[in-house]
Amino acid sequence: MKSTKSRLFSADGRLSDLITAHPSLLTLLTRLGISLGFGDRSIADVCEASGVDTSFFLLICNVYTFNNYIPSTPTILDTDMNGLVPYLEKSHKYYVDKRLPHIERHLDAIAQKLGGRIGKVFISFFQQYKQEVEEHFSHEERDVFPHIRALMSGERDTSYSIGMFLHTHSDIEGKLDDLLNIVFKYLPPQVDDDNVMDVVYDILRLREDLKKHTFIEEKIMVPLVCHLESAMKS
Amino acid sequence: MKKRVLIVEPSEVITEGLKSILEDQIRFKVLDPVADVDKLAERIIASRPDILLINPTMVDNVMQLPGKQEMTVVALVYQYVSRDALKNYDAIVDICDSRATIIETLAQATADESSAAHSNYELTKRETAVLVELAQGKTNKEIADSLNVSVHTVISHRKNITHKTGIKSVAGLTVYAMLNNLLDESAII
Repeated sequence: MKSTKSRLFSADGRLSDLITAHPSLLTLLTRLGISLGFGDRSIADVCEASGVDTSFFLLICNVYTFNNYIPSTPTILDTDMNGLVPYLEKSHKYYVDKRLPHIERHLDAIAQKLGGRIGKVFISFFQQYKQEVEEHFSHEERDVFPHIRALMSGERDTSYSIGMFLHTHSDIEGKLDDLLNIVFKYLPPQVDDDNVMDVVYDILRLREDLKKHTFIEEKIMVPLVCHLESAMKS
Repeated sequence: MKKRVLIVEPSEVITEGLKSILEDQIRFKVLDPVADVDKLAERIIASRPDILLINPTMVDNVMQLPGKQEMTVVALVYQYVSRDALKNYDAIVDICDSRATIIETLAQATADESSAAHSNYELTKRETAVLVELAQGKTNKEIADSLNVSVHTVISHRKNITHKTGIKSVAGLTVYAMLNNLLDESAII
């Protein structure tokens, strides 16, 4: 695992170099509370100026970039995790307010072209998915995040436990694969236009993003909460 | 028709790895592997494989194998083998190849007609019948009763449908069925 570690990002590097090497990290900046216009400043400087914990910022960037990287529990416990829940909430907002409506606009246009009953079934497949994702997120916002906030502020919170979360945490990327297959393999050639190409890229991007999001919840948030819960008990 | 694959390889680790890659695929059926060269000729005659996936160091002359003309002989390479020794093979699989490459190599080597590769992915009549009933919101049990087959068979058809189309959810399969004009519009709930 040493080789992975040496490739991970460090705080002294320029933020602009990080983004140049991995442009997909751009979409993370807003969610992490960093605005563009950071010039040539180092990651540490930009984070400090934006009130973002540097180690937390790096942790998220590393997870997004290196597929095999799973942070160890000591790494997670050493990192200031106050930014975690706000980050997850902003991510939910980003998916629900930006990405999904964007995809829906393209699919709407495709459904119009398909017309009739087929068009309706096609768009309702997506609307159903969107609703499932929204319910998934609102469950986390209603039950899980307040629990984490309480534990982090040192309150003893027994109303919920992270074991319940693991039990019910469902996969939200699966149906995107279905959608992807339908759109690029099975739509009739008559509806093929820019919308189809655009939406394929959008779905692929969202799928990758959601995979990382799930990863962060399962490999960072869950171990953190398990630790906090057992620390409370003792 | 599934292609029957006979693996001839002394290493159990490699045999098992190949088995797990190929058995994942509905188009291949992996026969009991052969690790012992002395039994090779006998096994080929008895099991009549479509594909012989063989470590070239195990045979002196591949042309002398029984039934050489009736089967596709693929070399399984993981060490240096001279070019000359490989010239009588129909294809070459390197064990460092990715899963997808290995499958593709075997599929291409056995594609006798140009249409064969496509038809593998088309749904069979039975699968189409299952799909149509699924799209109408029926349960596995209801489908089994209506088609007069076991629930187990329905599940196996569903697996094949998903494998071929890449679509898992019933809602997604309904859209697929409609796009392929498999449903009478009034039949959809």
